[in-house]
Amino acid sequence: MTQAHALARAPFDRTLLLVVPAAAFMLLLFIYPFLYGLGLSFEPKEGGALGNYSHFFTTDNLWPTIWTTLRLALPATLINVGLALPIAYKMRIKTRYQRWITTILVVPITLGTVLIAEGALTYFGPKGWLSQTLQLSHIYDGPIRLTHNYWGVLISLVISGFPFAFLLILSYITGIDPVLARAAATLGADPAAQFRHIYLPLLAPGLAMCFCLAFVQAFSVFPSAVLLGSPAGPTRVISIAAYEAAFEQYDYSLASAIAMIMGFVQLLIVAAVLGLRNLFYRGPVVGGKG
Amino acid sequence: MNPGVRAWLDRAWRGLLLGTMTLFVVNVALMIAAVATSSFARRWLGTWFPEGWTTNWYTAAWKEFQLDSVLWVTVEVVFAVVLLALVIGVPAAYTLARRNFLGKRALMLLFLLPLMVPPITYGIPLATVLYKAQLAGTIYGVILANLIPAAPFVILVMTPFIEQIDPNLESAARVFGANTARMFWHVLVPLLAPGILAASLLVLVRTIALFELTFLTAGPDSQTLVVALYYAVFAAGVRAPQSVDAMAMIYMIVTLVWLLIALRFVNPTQLVSRVKEQPLTA
Repeated sequence: MTQAHALARAPFDRTLLLVVPAAAFMLLLFIYPFLYGLGLSFEPKEGGALGNYSHFFTTDNLWPTIWTTLRLALPATLINVGLALPIAYKMRIKTRYQRWITTILVVPITLGTVLIAEGALTYFGPKGWLSQTLQLSHIYDGPIRLTHNYWGVLISLVISGFPFAFLLILSYITGIDPVLARAAATLGADPAAQFRHIYLPLLAPGLAMCFCLAFVQAFSVFPSAVLLGSPAGPTRVISIAAYEAAFEQYDYSLASAIAMIMGFVQLLIVAAVLGLRNLFYRGPVVGGKG
Repeated sequence: MNPGVRAWLDRAWRGLLLGTMTLFVVNVALMIAAVATSSFARRWLGTWFPEGWTTNWYTAAWKEFQLDSVLWVTVEVVFAVVLLALVIGVPAAYTLARRNFLGKRALMLLFLLPLMVPPITYGIPLATVLYKAQLAGTIYGVILANLIPAAPFVILVMTPFIEQIDPNLESAARVFGANTARMFWHVLVPLLAPGILAASLLVLVRTIALFELTFLTAGPDSQTLVVALYYAVFAAGVRAPQSVDAMAMIYMIVTLVWLLIALRFVNPTQLVSRVKEQPLTA
């Protein structure tokens, strides 16, 4: 209504045209392929419209991949967010070292999953420095198997995901006005109570967002699951199944169906996390950065 | 609680945090050091240090993996992606920062979605479409695929930057008779330079490291460094591990240089929080 009134009175605002290329690009290369894939997933090589989906949920090396992926992605995300929160909380106070420590903790972002996989094969492998050190110091004498299994992939997910979670949470924490915590302190709140009653409620939306973004990264794990895990067995994640369907069996229809299932599971988790966040939410507090 | 016990608990907690952090940093550093050592090793089988040192693996890797052409493709892809993402993203960010219009929230969602969906999920349908359009396997396909997360990223970073700039400066330029293009070029671009620099460096680092989309759309002549590295590790049984490690070192140095340049200009903590706060409340 008001929009129509505004249009009637004012001439067309040409600034709005500036957003058109970006919107058109996203529609053409993100939305259209997505819808195309969705349509394609309902046109299987054989069977009815739901053939791919019933194939996925009845084939023994396909449907368990959902569980395999969640079993890797959820612990990895919990570890990353759980480690990043206390460390970032400690780093919120500006000191001389803050910038240095932040930089050091952020550097692994650049390593990329492939490099981490290659490095972990050398370092965490049975003949690597880690197991040599552990065996020499007799901390642990049995054979150490951290590569080509579940643990290798989990380690690589933590190394690649932690810096990202840390950076995100740190920026949310530093965005909270420290005056609020000081006010609580004058009322007698110790640091633990300040965290519990001031920072945590204010951080809840940021933590939920961070959890979702960290989960996206972990959930789409691909190179490290192939290189560092055992892609035929315990780390056969859903993206491997999708890739095999598309580029080894050339069944794009099945591959699209797997991609859609993957997106759907991802969406369920995001919805669950955001729903959980709403339980925590206690109303807006003004407290951005100056 | 007894103050003595509390002080002890406090110290124990601080020690635990410091220990975890040190454990993480030391292990990552040693992991990188292991790759570096291996890349200079003559022979290294199950001992602490290799038997001899050599730089031959670098020349071997350079020839074996045709790194000159791979690096050139990487440079072409990365700079094309950064440039196009800026050209598409900055004007869109300007509109989103300055105007309210019907469907703005939907548009925001459209730009946020690619960052919230796993790349493989939209990468596989996208690769299918690109194969149909005969763009997959070419460098253009790789550039288009990499733009999908890059352009929204520029928009999300630039929108709060533009919101900080006083609109009166634009009005003043208008009063003196500048048209939109001149106003953009002479007023906005100089003011936005730090933000544009930050956004482009971050897109650059992300694009170098982005594996999935390039992997799904690249052909043999359009591989970037990270995909070539994946294939090298994947087929590692055939080759000496040292030459793969040498290639991994080259990859790491390339990304690290750019990250350190980026960190000189960007305080990482400020950037992300601005991204979060403004678009969600706008």
